[in-house]
Amino acid sequence: MIDLCGVELNGPILNGSGTFDAIAARRAFGDALLERFPFDCFVSKTITLQPREGNPPPRLWETAGGLVNSIGLPNKGLERFLELDLPQLVELPVPLCVSVMGFDLDELAQLAEAVGARDDVALIELNLSCPNVETGTLVGADPSATAAALEHVRPRTRKPLIAKLSPSAVDPAAVAAAAEDCGADAVSLINTLKGMPLHPVTRQPWLGGRSGGLSGAAVRSVAVEQVAAVASRVGIPVIGMGGVACGRDAADLLAVGATAVAVGTESFRDPAAGRRISAELAAIDASPSQKFLQSNPKGSTSTKLPRPQVEV
Amino acid sequence: MLAEPRTLAPPERRVAEVKRVERVGAYDLIVARDPIGPADPRPGQFYMLSAGERWGGGDGERPYLPRAFSFARVRPLPGDRGADLSFLLEDVGPGTRRLGELAAGESLALLGPLGVGFTRPADGRRPLLVGGGIGAAPILCWDDELRADAVEASILLGFRSAGHAAAAALFGGEPDVCTDDGSAGRRALVTEPLRAELERDPRATVYACGPEPMLDAVRELCRELAVPAQLALEAGMACGYGACFGCVVPTVEGYARVCVDGPVFDAEALA
Repeated sequence: MIDLCGVELNGPILNGSGTFDAIAARRAFGDALLERFPFDCFVSKTITLQPREGNPPPRLWETAGGLVNSIGLPNKGLERFLELDLPQLVELPVPLCVSVMGFDLDELAQLAEAVGARDDVALIELNLSCPNVETGTLVGADPSATAAALEHVRPRTRKPLIAKLSPSAVDPAAVAAAAEDCGADAVSLINTLKGMPLHPVTRQPWLGGRSGGLSGAAVRSVAVEQVAAVASRVGIPVIGMGGVACGRDAADLLAVGATAVAVGTESFRDPAAGRRISAELAAIDASPSQKFLQSNPKGSTSTKLPRPQVEV
Repeated sequence: MLAEPRTLAPPERRVAEVKRVERVGAYDLIVARDPIGPADPRPGQFYMLSAGERWGGGDGERPYLPRAFSFARVRPLPGDRGADLSFLLEDVGPGTRRLGELAAGESLALLGPLGVGFTRPADGRRPLLVGGGIGAAPILCWDDELRADAVEASILLGFRSAGHAAAAALFGGEPDVCTDDGSAGRRALVTEPLRAELERDPRATVYACGPEPMLDAVRELCRELAVPAQLALEAGMACGYGACFGCVVPTVEGYARVCVDGPVFDAEALA
Protein backbone atom coordinates (compact mmCIF):
# COMPACT_ATOMS: atom_id res chain seq x y z
CA MET A 1 0.00 0.00 0.00
CA ILE A 2 1.16 3.50 -0.71
CA ASP A 3 -0.34 6.83 0.24
CA LEU A 4 -0.61 9.33 -2.60
CA CYS A 5 -1.93 12.66 -1.29
CA GLY A 6 -4.13 10.85 1.21
CA VAL A 7 -5.43 8.34 -1.36
CA GLU A 8 -4.53 4.74 -0.62
CA LEU A 9 -3.23 2.78 -3.58
CA ASN A 10 -2.43 -0.93 -3.66
CA GLY A 11 0.88 -0.15 -5.28
CA PRO A 12 2.87 2.62 -6.94
CA ILE A 13 2.03 2.01 -10.64
CA LEU A 14 -0.26 4.41 -12.52
CA ASN A 15 -0.85 4.99 -16.21
CA GLY A 16 0.28 8.20 -17.85
CA SER A 17 -2.67 10.34 -18.90
CA GLY A 18 -3.67 9.64 -22.50
CA THR A 19 -1.87 6.33 -22.76
CA PHE A 20 -4.67 3.97 -21.74
CA ASP A 21 -8.37 4.24 -22.52
CA ALA A 22 -10.02 1.92 -20.00
CA ILE A 23 -13.40 2.20 -21.75
CA ALA A 24 -12.03 1.19 -25.16
CA ALA A 25 -9.88 -1.51 -23.53
CA ARG A 26 -12.98 -3.00 -21.92
CA ARG A 27 -14.58 -3.22 -25.36
CA ALA A 28 -11.57 -5.18 -26.59
CA PHE A 29 -10.92 -7.34 -23.52
CA GLY A 30 -14.25 -7.51 -21.67
CA ASP A 31 -14.44 -7.88 -17.91
CA ALA A 32 -11.11 -9.74 -17.86
CA LEU A 33 -9.66 -6.22 -17.91
CA LEU A 34 -11.24 -5.48 -14.53
CA GLU A 35 -10.10 -8.80 -13.06
CA ARG A 36 -6.52 -8.15 -14.17
CA PHE A 37 -6.40 -4.37 -14.16
CA PRO A 38 -2.85 -3.23 -14.94
CA PHE A 39 -2.64 -0.13 -12.70
CA ASP A 40 -3.04 0.82 -9.04
CA CYS A 41 -4.73 4.11 -9.99
CA PHE A 42 -6.33 5.05 -13.29
CA VAL A 43 -5.58 8.45 -14.84
CA SER A 44 -8.08 9.58 -17.48
CA LYS A 45 -7.28 11.12 -20.81
CA THR A 46 -7.17 14.91 -20.55
CA ILE A 47 -10.63 16.48 -20.50
CA THR A 48 -11.24 19.98 -21.86
CA LEU A 49 -14.29 22.19 -21.41
CA GLN A 50 -15.42 21.89 -25.02
CA PRO A 51 -15.30 18.70 -27.12
CA ARG A 52 -12.22 18.33 -29.31
CA GLU A 53 -11.77 16.30 -32.48
CA GLY A 54 -8.00 16.12 -32.15
CA ASN A 55 -5.36 16.60 -34.85
CA PRO A 56 -5.64 15.37 -38.43
CA PRO A 57 -3.84 12.09 -39.16
CA PRO A 58 -1.17 10.90 -39.47
CA ARG A 59 -0.74 11.11 -35.71
CA LEU A 60 2.08 8.63 -35.07
CA TRP A 61 5.72 8.21 -36.01
CA GLU A 62 7.83 5.35 -34.73
CA THR A 63 11.37 6.42 -34.00
CA ALA A 64 14.44 4.80 -32.52
CA GLY A 65 13.31 3.43 -29.17
CA GLY A 66 10.16 5.47 -29.09
CA LEU A 67 7.19 7.14 -30.61
CA VAL A 68 6.33 10.69 -31.66
CA ASN A 69 2.61 11.39 -31.35
CA SER A 70 0.46 14.31 -32.34
CA ILE A 71 -2.99 13.39 -31.05
CA GLY A 72 -4.29 16.81 -30.06
CA LEU A 73 -6.32 15.94 -26.95
CA PRO A 74 -9.47 14.54 -28.60
CA ASN A 75 -12.19 14.21 -25.96
CA LYS A 76 -15.92 14.53 -25.46
CA GLY A 77 -15.73 17.73 -23.44
CA LEU A 78 -16.55 18.10 -19.75
CA GLU A 79 -20.31 17.70 -19.91
CA ARG A 80 -20.36 14.48 -21.91
CA PHE A 81 -17.36 13.11 -19.98
CA LEU A 82 -19.31 13.46 -16.74
CA GLU A 83 -22.46 12.01 -18.28
CA LEU A 84 -21.08 9.17 -20.40
CA ASP A 85 -17.52 8.27 -19.38
CA LEU A 86 -17.39 8.82 -15.63
CA PRO A 87 -20.07 6.20 -14.83
CA GLN A 88 -17.97 3.63 -16.73
CA LEU A 89 -14.67 4.67 -15.14
CA VAL A 90 -16.23 4.28 -11.69
CA GLU A 91 -16.48 0.54 -12.38
CA LEU A 92 -12.69 0.21 -12.46
CA PRO A 93 -11.24 -1.55 -9.41
CA VAL A 94 -8.83 1.32 -8.58
CA PRO A 95 -9.05 4.99 -7.54
CA LEU A 96 -9.67 7.47 -10.35
CA CYS A 97 -7.62 10.53 -11.25
CA VAL A 98 -9.10 12.88 -13.86
CA SER A 99 -6.76 14.93 -16.02
CA VAL A 100 -8.00 18.36 -17.10
CA MET A 101 -6.69 21.16 -19.28
CA GLY A 102 -8.05 24.66 -19.72
CA PHE A 103 -7.20 27.18 -22.40
CA ASP A 104 -7.40 29.92 -19.79
CA LEU A 105 -7.38 29.99 -16.00
CA ASP A 106 -11.15 30.25 -15.63
CA GLU A 107 -11.65 27.19 -17.82
CA LEU A 108 -9.08 25.26 -15.80
CA ALA A 109 -10.74 26.24 -12.52
CA GLN A 110 -14.20 25.38 -13.84
CA LEU A 111 -12.99 21.94 -14.93
CA ALA A 112 -11.27 21.23 -11.61
CA GLU A 113 -14.34 22.32 -9.67
CA ALA A 114 -16.72 20.22 -11.76
CA VAL A 115 -14.72 16.97 -11.63
CA GLY A 116 -13.67 17.61 -8.02
CA ALA A 117 -17.34 17.76 -7.01
CA ARG A 118 -17.77 14.09 -7.96
CA ASP A 119 -17.23 11.67 -5.08
CA ASP A 120 -15.83 9.09 -7.49
CA VAL A 121 -12.93 11.31 -8.48
CA ALA A 122 -10.08 10.79 -6.01
CA LEU A 123 -7.44 13.01 -7.61
CA ILE A 124 -7.21 15.76 -10.23
CA GLU A 125 -4.26 16.17 -12.54
CA LEU A 126 -3.76 19.59 -14.11
CA ASN A 127 -2.30 19.20 -17.59
CA LEU A 128 -0.27 22.41 -17.76
CA SER A 129 1.05 21.76 -21.27
CA CYS A 130 -1.27 24.39 -22.68
CA PRO A 131 -0.07 27.62 -24.27
CA ASN A 132 -0.02 30.74 -22.13
CA VAL A 133 -2.24 33.14 -24.11
CA GLU A 134 -0.09 36.13 -23.17
CA THR A 135 3.38 34.76 -23.82
CA GLY A 136 2.77 31.83 -26.15
CA THR A 137 4.94 29.60 -23.99
CA LEU A 138 3.59 26.57 -22.15
CA VAL A 139 2.10 27.37 -18.75
CA GLY A 140 3.91 24.39 -17.28
CA ALA A 141 7.26 25.63 -18.59
CA ASP A 142 7.07 28.84 -16.58
CA PRO A 143 7.14 29.08 -12.75
CA SER A 144 5.05 32.26 -12.55
CA ALA A 145 2.38 31.03 -15.00
CA THR A 146 2.22 27.74 -13.10
CA ALA A 147 1.89 29.62 -9.81
CA ALA A 148 -0.95 31.70 -11.26
CA ALA A 149 -2.75 28.55 -12.46
CA LEU A 150 -2.53 26.90 -9.04
CA GLU A 151 -3.63 30.05 -7.23
CA HIS A 152 -6.67 30.23 -9.46
CA VAL A 153 -7.65 26.58 -9.18
CA ARG A 154 -6.74 25.79 -5.56
CA PRO A 155 -9.71 27.58 -3.92
CA ARG A 156 -12.19 25.76 -6.19
CA THR A 157 -11.67 22.18 -5.00
CA ARG A 158 -10.51 20.30 -1.93
CA LYS A 159 -9.46 17.29 -3.97
CA PRO A 160 -5.73 16.64 -4.28
CA LEU A 161 -4.26 18.53 -7.22
CA ILE A 162 -1.38 17.06 -9.22
CA ALA A 163 0.49 19.50 -11.46
CA LYS A 164 1.74 17.78 -14.62
CA LEU A 165 4.97 19.52 -15.50
CA SER A 166 6.42 20.24 -18.91
CA PRO A 167 9.91 18.92 -19.73
CA SER A 168 10.42 22.03 -21.85
CA ALA A 169 10.93 24.17 -18.73
CA VAL A 170 14.38 25.72 -18.36
CA ASP A 171 14.27 24.62 -14.72
CA PRO A 172 11.53 22.05 -14.02
CA ALA A 173 12.41 22.06 -10.32
CA ALA A 174 11.62 25.79 -10.12
CA VAL A 175 8.22 25.15 -11.75
CA ALA A 176 7.58 22.31 -9.30
CA ALA A 177 8.51 24.55 -6.36
CA ALA A 178 6.13 27.24 -7.63
CA ALA A 179 3.34 24.66 -7.89
CA GLU A 180 4.05 23.43 -4.36
CA ASP A 181 4.08 26.98 -2.95
CA CYS A 182 0.68 27.64 -4.50
CA GLY A 183 -1.06 24.57 -3.18
CA ALA A 184 -0.29 21.64 -5.48
CA ASP A 185 -0.49 18.34 -3.59
CA ALA A 186 1.83 16.52 -5.98
CA VAL A 187 3.65 16.97 -9.26
CA SER A 188 3.94 14.54 -12.14
CA LEU A 189 6.60 14.43 -14.85
CA ILE A 190 7.78 14.11 -17.52
CA ASN A 191 5.37 14.92 -20.30
CA THR A 192 6.53 14.15 -23.85
CA LEU A 193 9.44 16.00 -25.44
CA LYS A 194 8.65 18.06 -28.50
CA GLY A 195 9.75 16.57 -31.81
CA MET A 196 9.10 16.90 -35.54
CA PRO A 197 9.67 13.88 -37.77
CA LEU A 198 9.81 14.52 -41.51
CA HIS A 199 8.32 12.52 -44.35
CA PRO A 200 11.17 10.37 -45.71
CA VAL A 201 10.56 11.46 -49.32
CA THR A 202 8.97 14.92 -49.28
CA ARG A 203 10.83 16.20 -46.19
CA GLN A 204 7.64 17.92 -45.09
CA PRO A 205 6.42 17.36 -41.51
CA TRP A 206 5.05 13.82 -41.32
CA LEU A 207 2.52 14.47 -38.57
CA GLY A 208 -0.82 16.11 -39.31
CA GLY A 209 -0.20 18.43 -36.36
CA ARG A 210 3.32 19.18 -37.75
CA SER A 211 5.11 18.52 -34.47
CA GLY A 212 4.41 16.03 -31.71
CA GLY A 213 5.60 14.58 -28.44
CA LEU A 214 8.37 12.01 -28.11
CA SER A 215 7.86 9.21 -25.60
CA GLY A 216 9.13 5.71 -24.93
CA ALA A 217 12.51 4.27 -24.07
CA ALA A 218 14.25 7.18 -25.82
CA VAL A 219 13.23 9.66 -23.07
CA ARG A 220 14.01 7.47 -20.04
CA SER A 221 17.20 9.14 -18.92
CA VAL A 222 15.62 12.59 -19.35
CA ALA A 223 12.88 11.49 -16.96
CA VAL A 224 15.34 10.20 -14.38
CA GLU A 225 17.27 13.48 -14.43
CA GLN A 226 14.19 15.70 -14.17
CA VAL A 227 12.50 13.56 -11.49
CA ALA A 228 15.73 13.62 -9.47
CA ALA A 229 16.00 17.40 -9.78
CA VAL A 230 12.35 17.98 -8.84
CA ALA A 231 12.26 15.45 -5.99
CA SER A 232 15.30 17.03 -4.37
CA ARG A 233 13.58 20.43 -4.45
CA VAL A 234 10.00 19.81 -3.31
CA GLY A 235 8.41 18.11 -0.32
CA ILE A 236 5.21 16.99 -2.04
CA PRO A 237 4.98 13.59 -3.75
CA VAL A 238 6.46 13.25 -7.24
CA ILE A 239 4.90 10.92 -9.80
CA GLY A 240 7.67 9.91 -12.16
CA MET A 241 7.21 8.76 -15.73
CA GLY A 242 9.05 8.60 -19.01
CA GLY A 243 10.05 5.45 -20.87
CA VAL A 244 9.31 3.06 -18.02
CA ALA A 245 9.31 -0.41 -19.57
CA CYS A 246 10.32 -2.75 -16.76
CA GLY A 247 10.55 -2.99 -12.98
CA ARG A 248 14.14 -1.75 -13.03
CA ASP A 249 13.08 1.45 -14.79
CA ALA A 250 10.36 2.01 -12.18
CA ALA A 251 12.87 1.31 -9.40
CA ASP A 252 15.21 3.92 -10.90
CA LEU A 253 12.54 6.63 -10.65
CA LEU A 254 11.64 5.59 -7.10
CA ALA A 255 15.33 5.63 -6.21
CA VAL A 256 15.71 9.26 -7.29
CA GLY A 257 12.73 10.28 -5.21
CA ALA A 258 9.45 9.46 -6.96
CA THR A 259 6.56 8.29 -4.76
CA ALA A 260 4.74 6.61 -7.64
CA VAL A 261 5.55 5.73 -11.24
CA ALA A 262 3.44 5.92 -14.37
CA VAL A 263 3.65 3.65 -17.40
CA GLY A 264 2.80 5.10 -20.81
CA THR A 265 4.15 4.02 -24.16
CA GLU A 266 5.03 0.54 -22.88
CA SER A 267 1.29 -0.11 -22.50
CA PHE A 268 0.99 0.35 -26.26
CA ARG A 269 3.32 -2.63 -26.66
CA ASP A 270 1.41 -4.68 -24.10
CA PRO A 271 -1.78 -3.67 -22.26
CA ALA A 272 -0.64 -5.74 -19.28
CA ALA A 273 2.69 -3.88 -19.02
CA GLY A 274 1.64 -2.16 -15.77
CA ARG A 275 0.96 -5.47 -14.08
CA ARG A 276 4.25 -6.99 -15.25
CA ILE A 277 6.18 -3.91 -14.11
CA SER A 278 4.52 -4.09 -10.66
CA ALA A 279 5.57 -7.70 -10.29
CA GLU A 280 9.13 -6.99 -11.43
CA LEU A 281 9.34 -4.00 -9.10
CA ALA A 282 8.15 -6.06 -6.13
CA ALA A 283 11.01 -8.49 -6.75
CA ILE A 284 13.57 -5.68 -7.04
CA ASP A 285 12.41 -3.92 -3.86
CA ALA A 286 13.51 -6.94 -1.85
CA SER A 287 17.07 -6.18 -2.84
CA PRO A 288 18.56 -3.30 -0.82
CA SER A 289 21.51 -2.85 -3.18
CA GLN A 290 19.12 -1.37 -5.73
CA LYS A 291 18.31 1.45 -3.36
CA PHE A 292 21.78 2.95 -3.10
CA LEU A 293 20.74 6.17 -4.77
CA GLN A 294 18.15 6.83 -2.10
CA SER A 295 20.89 7.73 0.31
CA ASN A 296 22.21 10.16 -2.30
CA PRO A 297 19.08 12.02 -3.36
CA LYS A 298 21.05 14.60 -5.27
CA GLY A 299 22.24 11.79 -7.49
CA SER A 300 25.92 12.53 -6.98
CA THR A 301 28.26 10.06 -8.61
CA SER A 302 30.68 9.72 -5.74
CA THR A 303 33.41 7.19 -6.31
CA LYS A 304 32.39 5.61 -2.99
CA LEU A 305 29.20 4.35 -4.60
CA PRO A 306 29.21 0.84 -5.97
CA ARG A 307 29.86 0.91 -9.70
CA PRO A 308 27.96 -1.96 -11.27
CA GLN A 309 29.28 -3.64 -14.37
CA VAL A 310 27.63 -1.87 -17.32
CA GLU A 311 26.56 -3.93 -20.29
CA VAL A 312 27.95 -2.58 -23.56
CA MET B 1 -29.51 -4.44 -33.38
CA LEU B 2 -27.01 -7.17 -34.17
CA ALA B 3 -24.24 -7.83 -31.71
CA GLU B 4 -20.86 -6.50 -32.81
CA PRO B 5 -18.85 -9.14 -34.68
CA ARG B 6 -16.09 -9.01 -32.09
CA THR B 7 -14.40 -11.85 -30.24
CA LEU B 8 -12.79 -10.58 -27.04
CA ALA B 9 -9.03 -10.80 -26.59
CA PRO B 10 -7.18 -11.82 -23.42
CA PRO B 11 -5.99 -8.52 -21.86
CA GLU B 12 -2.29 -9.15 -22.30
CA ARG B 13 0.36 -9.86 -24.89
CA ARG B 14 1.07 -13.57 -25.13
CA VAL B 15 3.46 -15.81 -27.00
CA ALA B 16 2.61 -18.12 -29.87
CA GLU B 17 5.02 -20.62 -31.39
CA VAL B 18 5.87 -20.24 -35.05
CA LYS B 19 5.06 -23.57 -36.74
CA ARG B 20 6.30 -22.60 -40.18
CA VAL B 21 6.83 -19.64 -42.48
CA GLU B 22 5.77 -20.37 -46.06
CA ARG B 23 6.94 -18.34 -49.01
CA VAL B 24 3.88 -17.41 -51.08
CA GLY B 25 5.29 -15.57 -54.09
CA ALA B 26 6.22 -12.09 -52.88
CA TYR B 27 4.64 -12.71 -49.47
CA ASP B 28 5.41 -14.68 -46.33
CA LEU B 29 2.68 -16.66 -44.62
CA ILE B 30 3.44 -17.12 -40.92
CA VAL B 31 1.59 -19.97 -39.25
CA ALA B 32 1.72 -19.76 -35.44
CA ARG B 33 0.22 -21.91 -32.70
CA ASP B 34 -1.65 -19.79 -30.17
CA PRO B 35 -2.52 -22.04 -27.22
CA ILE B 36 -4.24 -19.35 -25.12
CA GLY B 37 -6.33 -17.09 -27.30
CA PRO B 38 -9.84 -17.73 -28.63
CA ALA B 39 -10.20 -20.14 -31.55
CA ASP B 40 -13.05 -18.14 -33.08
CA PRO B 41 -11.72 -14.70 -34.11
CA ARG B 42 -14.13 -12.95 -36.49
CA PRO B 43 -12.91 -12.48 -40.07
CA GLY B 44 -11.73 -8.88 -40.37
CA GLN B 45 -10.41 -8.79 -36.81
CA PHE B 46 -6.67 -8.32 -36.40
CA TYR B 47 -3.73 -9.04 -34.09
CA MET B 48 -0.80 -6.90 -32.97
CA LEU B 49 2.35 -8.88 -33.76
CA SER B 50 5.96 -8.60 -32.74
CA ALA B 51 8.85 -11.01 -32.72
CA GLY B 52 9.43 -12.64 -29.31
CA GLU B 53 13.12 -11.76 -29.53
CA ARG B 54 15.01 -8.78 -30.98
CA TRP B 55 12.08 -6.35 -31.05
CA GLY B 56 12.71 -3.02 -29.31
CA GLY B 57 13.42 -3.53 -25.60
CA GLY B 58 17.07 -4.12 -24.90
CA ASP B 59 18.65 -2.59 -27.97
CA GLY B 60 15.95 0.08 -28.19
CA GLU B 61 15.98 0.50 -31.97
CA ARG B 62 13.17 -0.04 -34.46
CA PRO B 63 11.04 -2.05 -34.70
CA TYR B 64 9.72 -0.77 -31.38
CA LEU B 65 5.95 -0.97 -31.59
CA PRO B 66 4.00 -4.08 -32.59
CA ARG B 67 2.45 -4.24 -36.07
CA ALA B 68 -1.22 -4.82 -36.90
CA PHE B 69 -2.20 -7.73 -39.17
CA SER B 70 -5.59 -9.18 -40.04
CA PHE B 71 -5.44 -12.90 -39.58
CA ALA B 72 -5.58 -14.72 -42.90
CA ARG B 73 -6.72 -18.11 -41.69
CA VAL B 74 -7.63 -19.81 -38.41
CA ARG B 75 -7.56 -23.52 -37.68
CA PRO B 76 -9.01 -24.35 -34.25
CA LEU B 77 -7.08 -27.09 -32.45
CA PRO B 78 -9.10 -29.99 -31.04
CA GLY B 79 -9.92 -30.08 -27.35
CA ASP B 80 -10.03 -26.33 -26.64
CA ARG B 81 -6.27 -26.03 -27.07
CA GLY B 82 -6.30 -22.76 -28.98
CA ALA B 83 -5.75 -22.32 -32.68
CA ASP B 84 -3.22 -22.13 -35.47
CA LEU B 85 -3.31 -18.60 -36.86
CA SER B 86 -1.95 -17.57 -40.25
CA PHE B 87 -0.74 -14.09 -41.14
CA LEU B 88 0.16 -12.85 -44.61
CA LEU B 89 2.89 -10.24 -44.74
CA GLU B 90 5.22 -8.48 -47.12
CA ASP B 91 8.65 -7.04 -46.29
CA VAL B 92 8.03 -3.29 -46.41
CA GLY B 93 10.06 -2.09 -43.41
CA PRO B 94 11.96 -3.10 -40.28
CA GLY B 95 8.91 -4.65 -38.55
CA THR B 96 7.70 -6.78 -41.43
CA ARG B 97 11.29 -7.73 -42.23
CA ARG B 98 11.91 -8.98 -38.70
CA LEU B 99 8.62 -10.90 -38.68
CA GLY B 100 9.48 -12.47 -42.03
CA GLU B 101 12.79 -13.70 -40.58
CA LEU B 102 11.03 -15.78 -37.93
CA ALA B 103 11.68 -19.50 -38.16
CA ALA B 104 9.79 -22.54 -36.96
CA GLY B 105 10.09 -22.95 -33.19
CA GLU B 106 10.67 -19.23 -32.54
CA SER B 107 8.20 -17.11 -30.64
CA LEU B 108 5.70 -14.66 -32.05
CA ALA B 109 4.31 -12.23 -29.46
CA LEU B 110 0.70 -11.33 -30.14
CA LEU B 111 -2.31 -9.46 -28.79
CA GLY B 112 -5.75 -10.12 -30.15
CA PRO B 113 -8.15 -10.68 -31.77
CA LEU B 114 -8.88 -6.95 -31.89
CA GLY B 115 -11.44 -4.68 -33.52
CA VAL B 116 -14.69 -5.65 -35.23
CA GLY B 117 -14.99 -8.02 -38.18
CA PHE B 118 -17.32 -8.41 -41.13
CA THR B 119 -21.09 -8.80 -40.79
CA ARG B 120 -23.10 -11.25 -42.92
CA PRO B 121 -25.06 -9.83 -45.86
CA ALA B 122 -28.64 -8.75 -45.16
CA ASP B 123 -31.77 -9.08 -47.29
CA GLY B 124 -30.61 -12.18 -49.16
CA ARG B 125 -27.74 -10.37 -50.86
CA ARG B 126 -24.80 -12.42 -52.13
CA PRO B 127 -21.32 -11.74 -50.73
CA LEU B 128 -18.87 -10.27 -53.19
CA LEU B 129 -15.32 -10.27 -51.82
CA VAL B 130 -12.62 -7.92 -53.12
CA GLY B 131 -8.99 -8.04 -52.03
CA GLY B 132 -6.04 -5.92 -53.14
CA GLY B 133 -2.48 -7.07 -52.45
CA ILE B 134 -1.88 -7.90 -48.80
CA GLY B 135 -5.55 -6.99 -48.27
CA ALA B 136 -6.35 -10.49 -49.50
CA ALA B 137 -5.72 -11.70 -45.92
CA PRO B 138 -9.10 -10.91 -44.28
CA ILE B 139 -10.83 -11.86 -47.55
CA LEU B 140 -9.29 -15.33 -47.26
CA CYS B 141 -10.60 -16.09 -43.74
CA TRP B 142 -13.98 -14.53 -44.59
CA ASP B 143 -14.22 -16.81 -47.62
CA ASP B 144 -13.18 -19.78 -45.44
CA GLU B 145 -16.01 -19.05 -43.02
CA LEU B 146 -18.66 -18.45 -45.68
CA ARG B 147 -17.54 -21.59 -47.51
CA ALA B 148 -17.79 -23.65 -44.30
CA ASP B 149 -21.42 -22.50 -44.08
CA ALA B 150 -21.97 -23.38 -47.75
CA VAL B 151 -22.37 -19.72 -48.71
CA GLU B 152 -20.99 -19.18 -52.20
CA ALA B 153 -18.99 -15.95 -52.50
CA SER B 154 -17.52 -14.37 -55.62
CA ILE B 155 -13.89 -13.38 -55.07
CA LEU B 156 -12.05 -10.69 -57.00
CA LEU B 157 -8.36 -10.16 -56.30
CA GLY B 158 -6.00 -7.48 -57.57
CA PHE B 159 -2.20 -7.60 -57.38
CA ARG B 160 0.79 -5.72 -58.73
CA SER B 161 2.19 -8.68 -60.65
CA ALA B 162 2.42 -12.45 -60.85
CA GLY B 163 4.75 -12.67 -57.82
CA HIS B 164 2.08 -11.16 -55.60
CA ALA B 165 -0.77 -12.93 -57.37
CA ALA B 166 0.67 -16.21 -56.06
CA ALA B 167 -1.44 -15.47 -52.94
CA ALA B 168 -4.56 -16.28 -54.99
CA ALA B 169 -3.58 -19.96 -54.75
CA LEU B 170 -4.41 -19.86 -51.00
CA PHE B 171 -8.11 -19.56 -51.83
CA GLY B 172 -10.31 -22.61 -52.05
CA GLY B 173 -12.40 -21.59 -55.05
CA GLU B 174 -11.38 -19.91 -58.26
CA PRO B 175 -10.86 -16.22 -57.59
CA ASP B 176 -10.92 -13.79 -60.47
CA VAL B 177 -7.37 -12.36 -60.59
CA CYS B 178 -6.22 -9.02 -62.02
CA THR B 179 -2.69 -7.64 -62.09
CA ASP B 180 -1.39 -4.16 -62.81
CA ASP B 181 1.09 -5.48 -65.38
CA GLY B 182 -0.90 -8.38 -66.84
CA SER B 183 1.70 -10.95 -65.74
CA ALA B 184 -1.05 -13.06 -64.15
CA GLY B 185 -4.79 -13.08 -64.76
CA ARG B 186 -6.08 -10.12 -66.69
CA ARG B 187 -4.41 -6.74 -66.90
CA ALA B 188 -6.89 -4.51 -65.10
CA LEU B 189 -7.73 -2.81 -61.84
CA VAL B 190 -9.90 -5.02 -59.65
CA THR B 191 -12.69 -2.45 -59.83
CA GLU B 192 -13.26 -3.36 -63.51
CA PRO B 193 -14.52 -6.92 -62.85
CA LEU B 194 -16.26 -5.54 -59.74
CA ARG B 195 -18.28 -3.12 -61.89
CA ALA B 196 -19.13 -5.92 -64.32
CA GLU B 197 -20.28 -8.18 -61.45
CA LEU B 198 -22.41 -5.48 -59.86
CA GLU B 199 -23.98 -4.43 -63.13
CA ARG B 200 -24.79 -8.07 -63.86
CA ASP B 201 -26.42 -8.54 -60.43
CA PRO B 202 -26.51 -5.64 -57.96
CA ARG B 203 -28.09 -7.72 -55.18
CA ALA B 204 -24.72 -8.07 -53.43
CA THR B 205 -22.87 -6.88 -50.36
CA VAL B 206 -19.29 -5.96 -51.13
CA TYR B 207 -16.49 -6.82 -48.67
CA ALA B 208 -13.20 -5.16 -49.50
CA CYS B 209 -9.70 -4.78 -48.11
CA GLY B 210 -6.74 -3.30 -49.92
CA PRO B 211 -4.73 -0.15 -50.54
CA GLU B 212 -6.44 3.19 -50.01
CA PRO B 213 -6.88 4.10 -53.72
CA MET B 214 -8.55 0.74 -54.31
CA LEU B 215 -10.88 1.19 -51.34
CA ASP B 216 -11.74 4.71 -52.50
CA ALA B 217 -12.63 3.35 -55.94
CA VAL B 218 -14.69 0.51 -54.45
CA ARG B 219 -16.53 2.99 -52.25
CA GLU B 220 -17.26 5.30 -55.16
CA LEU B 221 -18.53 2.43 -57.31
CA CYS B 222 -20.74 1.01 -54.57
CA ARG B 223 -22.21 4.44 -53.91
CA GLU B 224 -22.94 4.91 -57.61
CA LEU B 225 -24.67 1.54 -57.84
CA ALA B 226 -26.31 1.77 -54.37
CA VAL B 227 -24.66 -1.44 -53.15
CA PRO B 228 -23.77 -1.82 -49.46
CA ALA B 229 -20.07 -2.26 -48.77
CA GLN B 230 -18.01 -3.16 -45.73
CA LEU B 231 -14.42 -1.95 -45.94
CA ALA B 232 -11.58 -3.32 -43.80
CA LEU B 233 -9.20 -0.37 -43.33
CA GLU B 234 -5.52 -0.32 -42.58
CA ALA B 235 -3.90 2.38 -40.46
CA GLY B 236 -0.63 2.82 -38.67
CA MET B 237 -1.34 2.14 -35.00
CA ALA B 238 0.73 1.95 -31.85
CA CYS B 239 -1.46 -0.14 -29.54
CA GLY B 240 -4.38 -1.81 -31.36
CA TYR B 241 -6.85 -1.47 -28.47
CA GLY B 242 -7.90 2.16 -28.38
CA ALA B 243 -5.25 3.53 -26.05
CA CYS B 244 -3.16 5.75 -28.31
CA PHE B 245 -5.79 7.47 -30.53
CA GLY B 246 -3.25 7.33 -33.34
CA CYS B 247 -5.16 5.42 -36.03
CA VAL B 248 -8.15 7.67 -36.66
CA VAL B 249 -10.10 7.96 -39.91
CA PRO B 250 -12.72 10.60 -40.70
CA THR B 251 -16.31 9.34 -40.47
CA VAL B 252 -19.66 11.10 -40.74
CA GLU B 253 -19.58 11.37 -36.92
CA GLY B 254 -16.03 12.71 -36.70
CA TYR B 255 -12.81 10.80 -36.26
CA ALA B 256 -13.12 7.10 -35.39
CA ARG B 257 -10.38 4.79 -34.24
CA VAL B 258 -9.64 2.06 -36.78
CA CYS B 259 -8.57 -0.30 -33.98
CA VAL B 260 -11.69 -0.27 -31.79
CA ASP B 261 -14.43 1.20 -33.98
CA GLY B 262 -13.11 -0.71 -37.05
CA PRO B 263 -11.13 -1.95 -38.83
CA VAL B 264 -14.31 -2.92 -40.70
CA PHE B 265 -16.54 0.08 -41.44
CA ASP B 266 -19.71 0.44 -43.47
CA ALA B 267 -18.67 2.44 -46.52
CA GLU B 268 -21.50 4.89 -45.83
CA ALA B 269 -20.14 5.67 -42.37
CA LEU B 270 -16.86 6.99 -43.74
CA ALA B 271 -16.54 10.68 -44.54
